[in-house]
Amino acid sequence: MLGILASILDGILVGSVYGLAAMGLTLIWGVMDVVNLTHGTVIVAGMFALYLLTTALNVPPYLALPPVLVGGFLFGVLLYWIAVHRMIGRPPLMSLLSTFAVNLVLIGAGTGLWGTVLFNVAVSLPGVSVERYTFPGTHIIAAVLTAAIAGCLYVFLHRTRLGKAVRAVANNREAAELVGIPTTRVLSLAFGLGVALAGVSGLLIATLFPFTVLSGDGYQLKSFVVTVLGGLGNPTGALLGGIALGLVEGLVTPFVPVSWTLVIEFMLFVAVLIVFPGGVFAAAGLTRRRARVVRRGAL
Amino acid sequence: MKRLCWLVAAATIGATPAFAADQDTITIGMTESQTGALNVDSLAQQRGAEMWRDEVNAAGGIKAGDKHYKVRFVTYDDQSQGGRVQQLYTRLIVQDKAQFLFSPYSSGLVATAAVISEQYGKLMIITGGAEPRTYELGNKHLFQVITSADHYLSGAIEALATKNPHARVALVYSDDPFSKAVLSAARDQARKAGFEIVLDESYAPSTTDFGPIVNKIISSNAEAFLGGGHYPDGATLARQMYDQKANLKWATILVAAGDEKFADLKEAAFGISVPSQWETQVTYKPQFGPTAPEFAQAFQAKFKAEADYHAASGYTGGAILQHAIEQAGSIDSEKVTAALNATDVTTFFGPVKFATDAKHHGLQVAHQMVLAQWQRKNGKLGREVIWPTVAKTADIIYPLNQLH
Repeated sequence: MLGILASILDGILVGSVYGLAAMGLTLIWGVMDVVNLTHGTVIVAGMFALYLLTTALNVPPYLALPPVLVGGFLFGVLLYWIAVHRMIGRPPLMSLLSTFAVNLVLIGAGTGLWGTVLFNVAVSLPGVSVERYTFPGTHIIAAVLTAAIAGCLYVFLHRTRLGKAVRAVANNREAAELVGIPTTRVLSLAFGLGVALAGVSGLLIATLFPFTVLSGDGYQLKSFVVTVLGGLGNPTGALLGGIALGLVEGLVTPFVPVSWTLVIEFMLFVAVLIVFPGGVFAAAGLTRRRARVVRRGAL
Repeated sequence: MKRLCWLVAAATIGATPAFAADQDTITIGMTESQTGALNVDSLAQQRGAEMWRDEVNAAGGIKAGDKHYKVRFVTYDDQSQGGRVQQLYTRLIVQDKAQFLFSPYSSGLVATAAVISEQYGKLMIITGGAEPRTYELGNKHLFQVITSADHYLSGAIEALATKNPHARVALVYSDDPFSKAVLSAARDQARKAGFEIVLDESYAPSTTDFGPIVNKIISSNAEAFLGGGHYPDGATLARQMYDQKANLKWATILVAAGDEKFADLKEAAFGISVPSQWETQVTYKPQFGPTAPEFAQAFQAKFKAEADYHAASGYTGGAILQHAIEQAGSIDSEKVTAALNATDVTTFFGPVKFATDAKHHGLQVAHQMVLAQWQRKNGKLGREVIWPTVAKTADIIYPLNQLH
């Protein structure tokens, strides 16, 4: 019984970090209808940023978070102007292809620089042991930091003028323009913010597991699942979706062979798409309109 | 008609130098996983083969009868994908006119390449595919240089039995052809050794978080761990078993723990054992080619990297083909195949001999593996040979409880 509880708790801790990664994806998706296929690679970029900062500059792992957040934001804004800006308002396939192309360039450059060898950032933190089971300190800190970042994002989106502008653009871009909101600047800010969140989640994941240049695919896939669970354009839902995914992984694994976990996860994914096409946590979304649009099958 | 004759004559003159050049060159085709998940081990295997090629060419080429042939490689990136292997091996044979083939890396890709090479009757030396099933399909031109997957964990099981004859063992492995073949044999060997198998599960090769699996290992009360798969998953497993204090007395992890980058895991690497096709410390007396230390030093000097067993097997594949061509006195594929069938030699990599019966043709039957363990020597983490005892360079560290 304790083993099952340990598995569930650890699943929730790690799931929250998946939620943080998905928050970046869902923010971009929700605000500008862009499916950012560089998402997985940006997560990997966050991992490598941590590796380089800790090995080359001896920066303590968690102090690397602010520079990665700022660097990720600036990189995101740059990416917006290079690959996304001209695709806004066009069919979703255009931005999909554009970000896919940039993704290939980034992966190619990464593979050229580092190959696909494994990198590891050894973080030494005492864990919490309950009988034979141990919750690593890195998992606990990652979950706490995720909660803090998600809280900051919530405050930003709901309590600041700029955050409200982001939500206004997500709700109705034309109306936002009519009331004087500089929508293009807001879109680039939202994209930068989404990329920064993905980068920071990459940093936190790198404190938990070793990684390669190609690790992004797995996390990108998880982010899509979490985004669908949480509802498109719903950062809070993404966090809850990540926790739900971790909970499912933790709950299922003790009872079935581990190779079945993925099958069950995706069965759940399909079930959610059928029963809650707007996402389980859609009600708290950036925009309820988008959930309605999804329900109508327009997206 | 006269104009046609001139054209034919001009074409013949134009073609003659190329034909003459081809006659002095042997073209060997192969794919390498320059990108994708298999990049690390494939790169090492390729470097070993390239080192052999450069040494042979520097020495004047391969002697066959009264001729010397320089070696030319044609290599493509298979992106670690079976589909690419299928296309590229066809291209190597049909378009690039490769006379001999070297295998890609990994059992899955080798099985795909073998279908193509056999279809065209091309001889392929296999240095990176341990799964034995490929050799049970009636193929006639495949030759496996490395020990097959059935014996990968034999040494680990024998070594563990000396320390704990009734060990409770967890078998957790990647759901890929190589790992499944290794564990399928290990399951029977473990039972015969008297071990109790308390957990026996495979995981998807794309698994990134092993937390729930490690909790399952802890719940099973396992004392020993045997498993893993390839590089990223094996290394992640090692780290998470350490982070979550899996309370294991013994841990043998396939492939990943055989790479020098495994040392980056620091304390999580300590005590992990790995079945290895070859280690720099082995003391085989080669009938031809370099000794193990000579190979290791030359590799280090050329690539500024430590030689592992993938590099050694890549080099040995070339050396064995060279030996067979020299024995055959010809580069005719069938004559070289006959020479390989008769091969029974020892190189720095160890003994090499191929099964010649129709049911297992080409399977490696002489080469033996060693078991290495990550230990600390002069404060530095490195692999030491711990099994078999005749080859050991250090004592077994057991139990690991305080560490994992």
